[in-house]
Amino acid sequence: MTIANAPKELPEHAEFRKEIAAWLRANTPANPGFLLPQTFMEVGSDQVLDFLREWQFKVWSAGYLGMAWPKQYGGQGAAPIYQSIVDQEMKRLRVPICFNVIGLGWAGPLILDIGSDMEKEKYLKGILNADDIWAQGFSEPNHGSDLGSIQTRAERDGDDYVINGSKIWTTMGNYAKYMILLARTDPQAERRYNGLSFFLAPMKTAGITTQPIKKLTGEYGFTETFFTDARIPANCIMGDEGQGWRIAMKTLQYERGAEAGAAGGISILSIAMNDLLNMAQDIERDGQPLLKDPITRDNLVKFLIEEQALYLAEQRGAIPALTRDYPNSIALSGKLRGTEFFRRMRQYALTLQGANGALYVGDSEATDGGFWQRAYLNNFSTTIGGGTSQVQANIIGEHVLGLPKD
Amino acid sequence: MRKTNLAMAFSDEQAMILDSAKAFCSDKSTIAAVRNLLDSETGFNPQVWQEMVALGWTGIAIPEEYGGLNLGVGALVPLVETMGRHLLGTPLISSALTAQAILRSGTESQRAAWLPALADGAAGALALLDNVDWGGDFSGCTVSGSGDNLTLTGRKLMVADGAVSDLFVVSASHAGQPVLVLVEAKQLPAGALESKTLIDETKRACNVDFSGVTVTSSALLTPSASTLHELRLIGALLTAAEATGTAAAALDLIVSYLTTRVQFGRLIGSYQALKHPTVEILLQMDAARSLIYHAATLIGDCPIDSNTEIACRMAKAQATEALLFAGDRAVQFHGGMGFTYDCDAQLYIRRAQWAQHQYGDAQHHRRKLADLLLD
Repeated sequence: MTIANAPKELPEHAEFRKEIAAWLRANTPANPGFLLPQTFMEVGSDQVLDFLREWQFKVWSAGYLGMAWPKQYGGQGAAPIYQSIVDQEMKRLRVPICFNVIGLGWAGPLILDIGSDMEKEKYLKGILNADDIWAQGFSEPNHGSDLGSIQTRAERDGDDYVINGSKIWTTMGNYAKYMILLARTDPQAERRYNGLSFFLAPMKTAGITTQPIKKLTGEYGFTETFFTDARIPANCIMGDEGQGWRIAMKTLQYERGAEAGAAGGISILSIAMNDLLNMAQDIERDGQPLLKDPITRDNLVKFLIEEQALYLAEQRGAIPALTRDYPNSIALSGKLRGTEFFRRMRQYALTLQGANGALYVGDSEATDGGFWQRAYLNNFSTTIGGGTSQVQANIIGEHVLGLPKD
Repeated sequence: MRKTNLAMAFSDEQAMILDSAKAFCSDKSTIAAVRNLLDSETGFNPQVWQEMVALGWTGIAIPEEYGGLNLGVGALVPLVETMGRHLLGTPLISSALTAQAILRSGTESQRAAWLPALADGAAGALALLDNVDWGGDFSGCTVSGSGDNLTLTGRKLMVADGAVSDLFVVSASHAGQPVLVLVEAKQLPAGALESKTLIDETKRACNVDFSGVTVTSSALLTPSASTLHELRLIGALLTAAEATGTAAAALDLIVSYLTTRVQFGRLIGSYQALKHPTVEILLQMDAARSLIYHAATLIGDCPIDSNTEIACRMAKAQATEALLFAGDRAVQFHGGMGFTYDCDAQLYIRRAQWAQHQYGDAQHHRRKLADLLLD
């Protein structure tokens, strides 16, 4: 019998869950007077940065971040389950995000996994206490998410690598102290993925400049990053030359949570159907809550069915007998299903607001402070980034259904 | 705030049924076999039906003491899904629902009289429908008289497999109360059955006029307030399972055409205008499959709770919408061929119209879901 249900929680875990929930309730900062970022890709001003930095420091100081990391590097040496409980409660109570995501979920776990003692000493604590902000330098202009086409060069010269080229969609590039950088060390490599290497690059380096990108939301959060004969120490490389692709793929595994090695802390404020239902309950139309309107109800139920199927897909994916005809379907379509659902659901939220749907963040009468407006526009980072929905559909068509390439 | 139930389980028995159903249906219900039956009177091959009986499938959800396998309604789902995938026409769904009606509201002697026969391949039919939208609990069929002198008046619509049924379970009102009446085919007066011309030529249904049929009190089942409601939900789930299988079959047909048909010098599956909607069909079918197996996990012999009701309704709404989309696109993507009777796409688009109206269409279920989820 295959049963994909969570087992009952141990008493000590339930106890800890109460403890962290109480701490979060007592320590979550009051409304700062501006709309909090929903993801770490929305840290667009010093004001937001300072707020989030202080919050992450507070969480770490209380011992609730990096709980499964070793004590000597700023962690608690606890079982990963404790951090997972913290993360679950943070999600449930909708506290602000732990914004240093590239450090907490990508670079940190990688350094713990394959880094030297010296590297662990140098980097890990700064990731947890938010002293050192990390950025990711994978994508390049004109190459979208096709990492195999990376052109940024890293040439060995004595004790340095000399970096030339540019990166785009660098999260918090203007604030970051370090970047996980994927660059080409061997342009002659027969397989283009084998010519890449992975670096922990210091951003405060002569020859590295950043240019903030104004997003369609009107806010900042990313930069374009330029490298002009930027010299970084040769010992910044992780692994050996040519292993960059493999290591980059490895970093993607950690972000699945504390059990996978991540320091923890929530990286996004999740939005689910319940939030939309609450909004529809609060909006009045023709003298009653919008939630009573039959057409609205039909549309909301359609979204609820879709949401339920999304959640159930993971459960069914764990039962081989029920996935046999298209075995990779659920795994390969997860991004497309999830991100497109959220796009349409958030778009619909604006539709439901009536004339207020035209208001935006900053207007005193905007519904929920313009939360839905901004969330809808920002959602395009998920339907575009990491392979657009259209590319995803190609991948599913070709690799799940066996349709010919276009 | 409602707590979402996401249970999903699949037993070894269900897996075995799924495996043998796949082997059986792909062998016995090839497209050629399906087409051979399109203009037959009964719509199914009695020899194939007898083999299904011998495999125990007619008794899957019937308790062992009445000759069944006692695996529950959830174990019918993989079988029915597979039948849908191969358009295998038999009275299995109708008979299984009839058995559920008797199991859930029959006396011991009624169960003993009928469940072994149904497990052994007797065909049964539910005669529930009074109006076209599956709405309302009022029955247009009435039972008059008292004691052992009871007479039925009224007609039921679109009784699936009515023409081959040995037994009918008829919803009616008696002295203002809803009742279920057992009527044997041999009790029907001549001309009571009016066979309908259906858009789906793999299915059979008829209107049945029960006026003048006389029964004794032993023919009255004793439904609880929720029995009819439960039968409709089980009917919705089984229809959803069948539709999910058929959506997957339509997808298979599209994929096979897109990977062999060349136009403008290229396989047409390489065009994104065809590729992307085909992926959408896959995702809609996948969603339906997740929902039917979730409902199959929750549904048991006990009264149906609200989580199970939500699961059945979501499954029905999703599965029949997925099939409507898949059938429609299957025709379109076959171009000129798709407009012909010879192209198999017609089988799926026609089945889609049948499936959407069995036990309530998607909008009907969404309306009920709105009451369950939004109030």
